[in-house]
Amino acid sequence: MAKFKGAIVVDTEKCKGCGLCVVSCPTKVIELARDVNGKGYHYAHMANPDACIGCSSCGLVCPDTVITVYRMKAS
Amino acid sequence: MTATTELKNIISEENKVYGKTSVLLDNEMHYCPGCTHGVIHKAIAEVIEDMDIQEETIGVSPVGCSVLAYNYLDIDWQQAAHGRAPALATATTRLMPEKYVFTYQGDGDLASIGCAEIMHACNRGENIVVFFVNNGIYGMTGGQMAPTTLEGQVTATSPYGRDCQTTGFPMKISEMVSLLPGTRYVTRESAETAGAVRKLKKAVKKAFANTRENKGLSFIEIVGTCSSGWKQTPVQSNEWMKEHMFPYYPLGTLKDE
Amino acid sequence: MGDIRLMKGNEVIAEAAIRCGCDGYFGYPITPQSEIMETLMIRRPEQETGMVVVQAESEVAAINMVYGGASCGKKVMTSSSSPGISLKAEGITYLAGAELPALLVNIVRGGPGLGTIQPAQSDYFQAVKGGGHGDYKLIVLAPASVQEMNDFVDLSFELSFKYLNPAMILSDGVIGQMMEKVELSDFKPRWTAEEIEKISGSWATTGKKKGIKRRISTSLDLDSAKQEVFNHKLQAKYRAMEENEVRFEKIDCDDADYLFVAYGSSARICQKAIEIARAKGIKVGLLRPITLFPYPTKQIQEMLGQVKGILSVEMSAGQMVEDVRLAVEGKVPVEHFGRYGGIIPTPDEVVEALEQNFLGE
Repeated sequence: MAKFKGAIVVDTEKCKGCGLCVVSCPTKVIELARDVNGKGYHYAHMANPDACIGCSSCGLVCPDTVITVYRMKAS
Repeated sequence: MTATTELKNIISEENKVYGKTSVLLDNEMHYCPGCTHGVIHKAIAEVIEDMDIQEETIGVSPVGCSVLAYNYLDIDWQQAAHGRAPALATATTRLMPEKYVFTYQGDGDLASIGCAEIMHACNRGENIVVFFVNNGIYGMTGGQMAPTTLEGQVTATSPYGRDCQTTGFPMKISEMVSLLPGTRYVTRESAETAGAVRKLKKAVKKAFANTRENKGLSFIEIVGTCSSGWKQTPVQSNEWMKEHMFPYYPLGTLKDE
Repeated sequence: MGDIRLMKGNEVIAEAAIRCGCDGYFGYPITPQSEIMETLMIRRPEQETGMVVVQAESEVAAINMVYGGASCGKKVMTSSSSPGISLKAEGITYLAGAELPALLVNIVRGGPGLGTIQPAQSDYFQAVKGGGHGDYKLIVLAPASVQEMNDFVDLSFELSFKYLNPAMILSDGVIGQMMEKVELSDFKPRWTAEEIEKISGSWATTGKKKGIKRRISTSLDLDSAKQEVFNHKLQAKYRAMEENEVRFEKIDCDDADYLFVAYGSSARICQKAIEIARAKGIKVGLLRPITLFPYPTKQIQEMLGQVKGILSVEMSAGQMVEDVRLAVEGKVPVEHFGRYGGIIPTPDEVVEALEQNFLGE
């Protein structure tokens, strides 16, 4: 059981669906959506939220700074 | 507790550990998906915020994909002619020595047309920071060969692969400038993983600290990708970069005095 | 009585720059103007006024240093001679496109190409019509004496900041190398950071303070509609210069039947030619454009009811003569006389040309 619980919020309209966050995630939380945003990109989303540990890796590598990361101690 | 209520608990201001720095403007970046410029812009912006130097920093943008860098960082900017950013930065730091002045240049801008300006700014040891983004290709004009294009690499103007016998060899600019006494800090970084970005931010911080201490020129090369120019996905580009760019352009600090 | 000296034109440019509170000079050696940077290096203004002097690695770097310095709201300048100005052309159009003030000095030598190091006036087109790309204009001042080399430095900065446009002193190797009596200007202090903020705070890139919009020094706008609007603004500025800033001198024009139009050192030669011609009974006068842009078009037109012929005298194959003809619109004959490639015409040759063209001799 991870010591931290995390979550991300993606600005889906600004996301360009590059997928760099997907491969950066150590716990395989993120996937590109089947749906597309207004620009036609398959935006990133938390497909497996329970696994998120709030490590910020996705935020750091996101070229468009569309990911905000939250983290709290696991209860 | 259900998954949804738990998520709601986590997503609150006091739990926020990573978000957009206020030094980055809200303007959507014009770069292609996965472009390294976005990550580098963000790293520079975050360091400017951390060091609280937003009011004292002046950026000089190049000609190339990052010509519009001034749309993304909320600082004063000068937009240089192709290759001439170090000349603008020279005058700016000479006339306002208390400011933090940086140039942001690509490989066409710095290593090709601006070779004279960068070498002489380095040689004079101007008290500035230079960000040199090396992705081995001209992005904005549509993927032509750059001085840093690897041997055999296919581009719009080397469609059969770069032939070094007729086009010269990929230039190792960081190695060249590290030989000049005017440079104090020369490092080659990347930005493809969280760890690399953290390292890059450390380098940026050190470079601006050098400016504060009037130490002379700090040169940070960032090996990056150009998915559109390389004709690969962003994820494939990172793999190609690690496999082909890193062996020729090895990461690490070349000089730190 | 001010500070009166016997000095070379080029040296005076340097001295006048220090005295008018110039913040930075960025140059590259080229004959016949190298004394400007040499004088600055000897004078060490960095110790006296804090003015920065940098010998750049090329003319290209020098003009781009000027672009950077001008972007900071500072009074900055460069100087060169013809081939060097060609190299600076790109930077000059960037300055005009970014609406930045700066002083450019061209001590013209004969061309084209590497040409010669002797004086010429064959860069008129380059200075007045463009030189670089795009629809832009420079304010161009043409000194005819060492005194005007002094006076026009401060005047150029004044006009350049008034219109946010680069200004050029278009001189030549004669005036640059000539020694003459000059009354130097009094010292003016350089602007402080607070003064710069007050004068140029809306555009100078001095570091974005909280609560204000960031300043961007650029000539780029990818939106063509906006770029056209911006060009309208530039054109309006150039029309305002034409309205307000024309400078000229008239000599012996009151009773003149013929007119010389000449600037810079050619105007001095024409003054002697007037003496010679008048001794022969030919009533000729001189209209000397001091600003080459804006050009004294109206002032030439005002002479048309009076004179029977106009001779444009230039050390070129005929450049300014085109502007004289545009002003005259065919109403009286306009001819050109020039020596070039570094040759300076004699007053006798000028009178002879006048006679041949207009008096049937």
